[in-house]
Amino acid sequence: MELVSFLECLTSASCLISQTAGGLKIGMLLFLVASGLTLVFGVLGVINFAHGALYMLGAYFSWQVMNSTGHFGLSVLLGALGVSVVGLLFERGLLNKVYNAELLIQILLCYSIVLILDDLVMIIWGDEFLSSIGVPEIFQIPPIFVLDAIIPPFHIAIISISLLLALLLWFLMTKTRFGHLVRAAAVNPNMLEALGINTTIIRASVFVLGSFLAGLGGALASSMGSIVSGMGNSILIESFIVTVIGGMGSIGGAFLASLIIGMARSFGAVAMPLFTDGLMFLIMVLVLILRPQGLMGEKK
Amino acid sequence: MITFFKSDNFYRDASFAFTTWISLICVYFLIPDPGIHDIIQKVFILGLFALSLNILIGYLGLIAFGHAAFFAAGAYTLGLFLQSDLIINYNLGPYSIPIAILLSILISALLATIIGAICIRLKDIYFSFLTLAFQMFIYSIILALVNITGGDQGLMGGFPKPPFLGIDLGKPFDFYAFTIFISILVILMLRQLIESPFGYGLRMIRDNGERPAALGFNTQNHKLIAFIIAGAIAGLAGSLQALLDVGAYPEWAFWSKSAEPLFMILLGGMNTFLGPLMGALIFEILNDFVTANTRYYGLVLGLVILVFVLGFKRGLLDWLIMKIERK
Repeated sequence: MELVSFLECLTSASCLISQTAGGLKIGMLLFLVASGLTLVFGVLGVINFAHGALYMLGAYFSWQVMNSTGHFGLSVLLGALGVSVVGLLFERGLLNKVYNAELLIQILLCYSIVLILDDLVMIIWGDEFLSSIGVPEIFQIPPIFVLDAIIPPFHIAIISISLLLALLLWFLMTKTRFGHLVRAAAVNPNMLEALGINTTIIRASVFVLGSFLAGLGGALASSMGSIVSGMGNSILIESFIVTVIGGMGSIGGAFLASLIIGMARSFGAVAMPLFTDGLMFLIMVLVLILRPQGLMGEKK
Repeated sequence: MITFFKSDNFYRDASFAFTTWISLICVYFLIPDPGIHDIIQKVFILGLFALSLNILIGYLGLIAFGHAAFFAAGAYTLGLFLQSDLIINYNLGPYSIPIAILLSILISALLATIIGAICIRLKDIYFSFLTLAFQMFIYSIILALVNITGGDQGLMGGFPKPPFLGIDLGKPFDFYAFTIFISILVILMLRQLIESPFGYGLRMIRDNGERPAALGFNTQNHKLIAFIIAGAIAGLAGSLQALLDVGAYPEWAFWSKSAEPLFMILLGGMNTFLGPLMGALIFEILNDFVTANTRYYGLVLGLVILVFVLGFKRGLLDWLIMKIERK
């Protein structure tokens, strides 16, 4: 425990601001990925263990497009869209066969995809770390100073993009016909089918949307860090934590939980650098014990 | 009173177990290949790990996803005890290995009591997630306590393995015979447990939802005892693995370590008592064969799992028994 430096940070405006900004960046990026996971669980009832692998694919795809075209926006967009296509193939080809199977079978099917994809990217792109695709030129400017706190402009862009997407997702789920159908499919798919709605298409499109979010998260992450096989594992576990803390299937809950985890990571790095991960799991354990359905989940 | 031991087929099972042990001793001398010996003893260590998890998965229907926590607890307990000053201070000498193994089982059981008492209150995926969270919490603790556990480097520096009762675990044959003997003994005891009224109680909880509780059956009690026994056996497996590798590593507490026994249970079969042991055999042979031929182990393992999940839809031993019964 580095209590002294933690207290120093809490009493210094610059540290407080920079850690909060850092926490927001981590949390919002995590929300992108975790919202896809919780959405898929809410409608399909499947815990997609391959979600982290899709995130990794997003990073590799965007790296590939960046290397061919040199256009940042295009590489992020195509990276996310490419992952959506992979997600569609996965859902139609494999996942739909185990919707009614036991939990163990679903977990193992998804996990086998993780093992396969982790090795496939090594075969295609090699097992060395790939360097980050970097920040787009317009953001290659000196950082902004707020009360002596250094905030990189690109982080502000990441936070804004994620917030915008969170808003879009909220709008899609609550204000559109598609959103209503998706939420209805989560509650009672049989009734929806009896009403003449094709739930197969709804399930597939939800999975595609979930994959898009994972891919987008990975593509954005590739601009800030190096890319390597297996990079999806830690974000997968973090997304699990967010999903559980927020309430499984709840997008609002995922938003709240992402913020909590982002802040826990950012401030935990100051207070107990060796135990930041442990702190997240501690929060998860406490939520599961005190409120198993999650902060914003509905009690069954 | 719960009955944990059933003796109807005890002599049959015990003679089968003893014959297996003698046969494997013969194998040691007939095939003088250290690689084969290594695979066989690892199959038993991993088999114990997978069999213990299958008490929860196969017989209780609880998908525990944090079982490696107990494996690691056993391994670290053994390593830390054998490295400690207690051995010299109390002049434990020849008793240190048996005490270390018993202590590993005890500590794992204790940990399983605490974690189990909290986890069994939850159902389905929530149970799985809570076990996963506890395991990762323990993983974080192992990484954080660098001074004691060696952090991400693992427990380094080795430890002494003083001979006891004429058994010197430093010698390959002694280790082979001892590990397999202990494993078979525990598997035999587990077999009795699974066939006892307690074991059928577990199946009843798995198959009948709320009904056993409505009949006045203490389901939570059964679940907790099963969880503790599973944790204790996993701890034993971990201590044997630590003895084999003369060390303990944090990866043994990572979630991917918990996925390994799941693979074994899938490959071998969860509805046949020895299925997970068969799964450990397939897993080890696959591991040995694939890593010798290609760097892309995950790719091959992933494809094999896909075939089992979508093709056979059950483990090999379950599948064989289904074929035999149909005839």
